[in-house]
Amino acid sequence: MTTAAIEVRIPTILRPYTKDAKVVSADGADLKSLISDLDRQYPGLAERLLEDGALRRFINIYVNDEDVRFIGGLDAALKLGDSITVLPAVAGG
Amino acid sequence: MARFDSLESSVGHTPLIGLPKLSPAPNVRLWAKMEDRNPTGSIKDRAALAMIEKAEADGSLKPGATILEPTSGNTGISLAMVAKTRGYKLICVMPENTSIERRQLLEMWGAKIIFSPAAGGSNEAVRVAKELAAKNPEWVFMYQYGNPANTLAHYQGTGPEIFADLPTITHFVAGLGTTGTLMGAGKYLREQNPDVQIIAAEPRYGEVVYGLRNIDEGFVPELYDASVLTRRFSVGAEDSVRRVRELLEVEGIFSGISTGAILHAALAMGAEAIRDSKSADIAFIVCDAGWKYLSTGVYSADHESASEKLDNQLWA
Repeated sequence: MTTAAIEVRIPTILRPYTKDAKVVSADGADLKSLISDLDRQYPGLAERLLEDGALRRFINIYVNDEDVRFIGGLDAALKLGDSITVLPAVAGG
Repeated sequence: MARFDSLESSVGHTPLIGLPKLSPAPNVRLWAKMEDRNPTGSIKDRAALAMIEKAEADGSLKPGATILEPTSGNTGISLAMVAKTRGYKLICVMPENTSIERRQLLEMWGAKIIFSPAAGGSNEAVRVAKELAAKNPEWVFMYQYGNPANTLAHYQGTGPEIFADLPTITHFVAGLGTTGTLMGAGKYLREQNPDVQIIAAEPRYGEVVYGLRNIDEGFVPELYDASVLTRRFSVGAEDSVRRVRELLEVEGIFSGISTGAILHAALAMGAEAIRDSKSADIAFIVCDAGWKYLSTGVYSADHESASEKLDNQLWA
């Protein structure tokens, strides 16, 4: 019944899954269900984000600019209006 | 003490400066650790000196040898200074999308630069450097991302200095690149007070920097230990530039762009303390000053276009 209202930014490397869309919308009370909803809309995407039921080592996901690994991981609660950014881990420095 | 026997021995011992105007309340205070006061103007002097001294001590670095390092600029500049004073040659692998000043400074201190492609950012520089290291075993590879001397420099220097100046510290905020600063100083501060929050601010660049061909080419520094951190934020160019200009405008401090990302996270911590009616002493790192970034135009352009100038640049 709810309308998808959580914005998800997709990095270039994963856009083949989203028909090249840079920003997509999805729904979910937590990150796990949001990823399920993304995968329903864009089949195959979940497998690129998860491995053995956890976030892949080289994938970082931020909820409103905060790294989700420090705020509950896949169980992190989400709410309408949150902004999600998916990025590959890259070197800085 | 203001007298030192040589330039190298003046590395560290940087001032911690209060920000009376940017601090959100008299009991929620921000403190800037001025790492631009190091000899080459950045926090990287600490790690560079420590890595070279360790390599000399363990015998891997011999007189006249050639040092190799992937760097987006500051570490290379610091290594070049130490290499010059100690008689080593230095080859830096640097992404081509870095500011012109970094190249000029590296060359001025005598380093040779090999450019790596812009796409992939520092990932590419690391990959190219690893290939060169494998092909040239006689070169001494410092490898700041996995060299424990990097972390140790902050565990023995940056961390203790901050704690001595601010024993009431509640939050330590620094940039996440090699992760050396946060791992070293963070671990030390946590040992002194388990309640200290260790906050990482990670620069979020334009898309080209994340242009990996494959997700398996992603990179997490060997030094990184997530258990040291309390929280980790991703800060984009727009917020970073806004904060850099605010720091200049309100407190008169002229910092480099990555410091803006760190200040952004520090101010968020301050706002949370206010919201929760708590006192806070928030120390954050000023990694370098703004001189090396003047050519980007972010200090003089109008507000809207300033951060666009950084699109696809490695600005931290």
